[in-house]
Amino acid sequence: MKHFLLATTLIFSAPAAMACETVTIGDLTVEHAWSKATIGAGRPGVFYVEIKNSGTTDDALVGITTPAAGMPMLHETVVQDGIASMPHAMSVPVPAGQSVQLAPGGYHGMLMELTTALKEGDSFPVTLSFEKSGEVTVNVDVLSLRAEGPDCADAGQ
Amino acid sequence: MRLRSLRIILWIAATAAVITFLAVRWWPATDDTATADSAFMPTFALADSEGRMRTTAEFRGKFLLVFFGFTSCPDVCPTTLSEVAQVMDDLGSAAGSVQPIFISIDPERDRRLGLDDYTKAFHPAILALAGSEEDTKSAAASFKIFYEQEADTSSPDGYTMAHSPSLYLIGPDGEWLRQFTYGTSAAEIVSDLLTRL
Ligand SMILES: [Cu+2]
Repeated sequence: MKHFLLATTLIFSAPAAMACETVTIGDLTVEHAWSKATIGAGRPGVFYVEIKNSGTTDDALVGITTPAAGMPMLHETVVQDGIASMPHAMSVPVPAGQSVQLAPGGYHGMLMELTTALKEGDSFPVTLSFEKSGEVTVNVDVLSLRAEGPDCADAGQ
Repeated sequence: MRLRSLRIILWIAATAAVITFLAVRWWPATDDTATADSAFMPTFALADSEGRMRTTAEFRGKFLLVFFGFTSCPDVCPTTLSEVAQVMDDLGSAAGSVQPIFISIDPERDRRLGLDDYTKAFHPAILALAGSEEDTKSAAASFKIFYEQEADTSSPDGYTMAHSPSLYLIGPDGEWLRQFTYGTSAAEIVSDLLTRL
């Protein structure tokens, strides 16, 4: 029983490790980068992350690139008057002193033309380009198809 | 005096806003086809992944959890599918009386990409349907849901789909019971279902 518990702890903590890693660039902190497993490579994948701006200057996420997809883009899910749509987001504002989340039901990175299917437990790098702070690369954990987010001890909203 | 008329105008505006909100939120239930003596009975006749025609009539006696979506949708649709999968898991032994049905509003592309392996990856109980363009339109009209193809160069194949993301609950006699708006938790849906089963 003890071994079983230990084993499950390892299974659950290992994949969470990278999504829980924190990367900083200037005043920006980037963490909780995750994605969901895909069925095959024919459908787009998704990219979620949390960005905190502890500085006094507004910044903005203006683009993403990754070797995992030929056409990665920023999108925003909008539910208005009972209709969900997904317009292209030119940029995601990261105002001074605030946090923004790319999270289910809102902003997301849309990973089109996947080079390969994303499998749970895999990870891949995504480079985020900020208007002012420049570029930073994070490791993205692929969680299960039904995941709602990484399980980090500090994953506060 | 000016303040008073301003206040009246604000009250009128607020009341109008509330009425509009309620109308938008509950319109299928308050639609004039749902009068007391004739229940609102939405129907579909759509092909499953093997090409067999499936209709609402064959599910009499079961509760149906119906939702519309498309499989190239990485954000909204997987959230709803995960929610439905969780509901089916949490219903336990009562799951047998609930049939979750995913209706593709992007049927041609979804058939090409493979419909069943997608929904089954969320939960084996989910039945995926992708009919002809015509049949899909009829089903959507019958459920009074909106969907539309939007040209979008930032999406795969140059288009994306806008659609109603709610879950619709249909009773064992085929009657409309309610909708669960996008974002309703699995726990809430389960507790609602358990009061009916
Ligand atoms: Cu998108």
